[in-house]
Amino acid sequence: MALWTRQLSRYCLLLNAYNTMKSSELRKQSIKTWRCFLEPPDLQQLCPNRYFCQMLLKNFRILHLDNHMLFCSSSSGTSQTSLSFTDKPKTEIVSSLDTDVLLQDLEDELPLSALEEISENEALQIKAAPPPPLESFSLRDYIDHSETLRKLVLLGVDLSRVEKRPNAGQLLVKLDFENDIKKILLFLKDIGLEDTQLGAFLTKNPYILNEEVEDLKTRVNYLISKKFTKEAITQMVFRAPYLLLFSVERLDNRLGYFQNELGLNPRKTRNLVIRLPRLLTGKLEPIKENLKVYELELGFSKNEIRHIAHTVPKNLSTSKIKLTQMFDYLHNVMGIPHKLMVLFPQIFNAKLLRIKERHLFLKFLGRAQYDPGQPSYISLEKLVVLPDDVFCADVAKAEVKDFEKFLKTL
Amino acid sequence: MPEKRRWYRSGGEGEKSWSSLLLGLNSLKCPQPRQQIRFQRTVSEEDGKDLTLTVNKVPMLVDHPLVSGPIFTHLKVGAGHRLDTHSSGVFLLGVGHGTKMLTDWYNAHLTRTYTVNGVFGKATDDFSDRGKLIEKTTFDHITQEKLERIISVIQGSHHKALLQCANLDLKTQEAYELAVKGLIRPMEKSPPLITAVQCLRFAPPEFQLEIHCLHETQQYLRKIVHEIGLELKSSAVCTQVRRVRDGVFVLEDALLRTQWTLPNIQRAILQSKQKVDAELQNSLAHLKPRADYKRGWI
Repeated sequence: MALWTRQLSRYCLLLNAYNTMKSSELRKQSIKTWRCFLEPPDLQQLCPNRYFCQMLLKNFRILHLDNHMLFCSSSSGTSQTSLSFTDKPKTEIVSSLDTDVLLQDLEDELPLSALEEISENEALQIKAAPPPPLESFSLRDYIDHSETLRKLVLLGVDLSRVEKRPNAGQLLVKLDFENDIKKILLFLKDIGLEDTQLGAFLTKNPYILNEEVEDLKTRVNYLISKKFTKEAITQMVFRAPYLLLFSVERLDNRLGYFQNELGLNPRKTRNLVIRLPRLLTGKLEPIKENLKVYELELGFSKNEIRHIAHTVPKNLSTSKIKLTQMFDYLHNVMGIPHKLMVLFPQIFNAKLLRIKERHLFLKFLGRAQYDPGQPSYISLEKLVVLPDDVFCADVAKAEVKDFEKFLKTL
Repeated sequence: MPEKRRWYRSGGEGEKSWSSLLLGLNSLKCPQPRQQIRFQRTVSEEDGKDLTLTVNKVPMLVDHPLVSGPIFTHLKVGAGHRLDTHSSGVFLLGVGHGTKMLTDWYNAHLTRTYTVNGVFGKATDDFSDRGKLIEKTTFDHITQEKLERIISVIQGSHHKALLQCANLDLKTQEAYELAVKGLIRPMEKSPPLITAVQCLRFAPPEFQLEIHCLHETQQYLRKIVHEIGLELKSSAVCTQVRRVRDGVFVLEDALLRTQWTLPNIQRAILQSKQKVDAELQNSLAHLKPRADYKRGWI
């Protein structure tokens, strides 16, 4: 087989040289002979593996016949241009130069057969790395082939999490670090994100790499026009990474909604949004619903709701079921009035199970006294915030072991 | 993590928080990244032509924790005998290979112990105090003596049923040997059986019972409380069902919700390993000859 390829290539060279010298009429004939040569009936008998032989033939035909045709047409092109010139020797030189170059090209394109001996230097040039897969479920397969992905990993982007987002993996594979990613990174640096925060930010929101820097800039300018300080914007962007993907109209709508619905002044609205920027990016439905729950189901006044929302913004975005369960237990079982809850709104954020356990323990000890007017009053803050050991020592005045034993009797 | 553990579950909360366990597993030392052999081309400085290849090992980027993601993403956890939403107590869980042991644990048909609280004077449609109230009765006539009498009646009838379900001829040597070891119990599916009942506290209208039983459900125990109420010419509802023992696992071994961390669970598994193995061997050993015996008959 190797011998045959060698012959083939030699034949090809000869043919090319011959073609350049002969007229264009002969060229067509040469292609014909080439084709005849490519399909010798006895060749298939020589070759033990017929399929392989056919494959090889096919490849050769595509590669070399194409080259050959190209060569023919280009040389005919030169002859046409040469016709326009009057002096002949010059054209001859040009054509011979051309053929030299073309011949070299052809030589380069020839694949080396496996059995052929190659020199040491040539061997060094060969790259033996396997090609990247055409499709894959994971970015892992591309990490060794893509400089962009490698740089993102070094930045701290968690590819294992990014690839689970819809379309995010495809986006990252297509991007180029120098052209596409660098400008976004520089923009984020301008906003004020730290180097160490960039990885975490891009993990949460890889889609920002697809945005135009101009759009992002207008959104930041909008926030600045609303008198958010630079530090505040940095904090908001980092804590709600999708903030910059939303249009100016939507941001404006949201800010207006909170200001009107809660009746806060602009400074307080800003404060609220800075502390929980998720309010701007998340869904509005649950927040609307929660406000109604506070007002109608739980019976807080408008003023109290404003206070609750302003001191602990997270209370606006907790789930409705959790909220009502918590209130039900606090108010109906523990007998805590609205007034005390407003004084310590963090209580709605606490874990119900934890409050239950502690309340029952205190009740068992006879210390469950939540009325501030009477002695040995236990505030809600003390009930919720302290860790188990401190709670047992300071509030319940009991051993942690006893507390654990008590929990096993529930 | 090839073992089984029991955890204490407080009533009403069906929590599944394996995340702390996974977190613990993933925070353990990761294996070193694999090394990739790279040939790097260097051109010698003298003539710029002479190429040499240097071999060096580079840690593979594929094994970078940010690329491969966390090593443990899920954990096989199997549950032992069921504990319904309104009951609490020792709840057996198998982790990893321990899930297979749960089958053996089921086949051993071990007894479990419950403490059951009840209140006289009420009856509800689901026998618990949360259900719809059906009737109210007086309970002044109930004394501890009367209660004990009913309890012994229940015990007696269940003992008979137990012997029937155990499928043993009581006049044989084999039955005698098993009885001496205290191992007479049905080894196949059977209706719920109570092996012992004890009154722990009697303060009308409240009372507390300790029930040792087999193949029970928590609802069945509530029904027992209801029936005790009827037998005493009154009515009763069950306020709490709490499992205090499941086979060899007792309350002291159980881990609280706040204690579900990797080191705690590991320690608990190591502590209980011997106990579990011994118990399973003991229970299944006498099952095997009986199974062979049966096969001989067929």
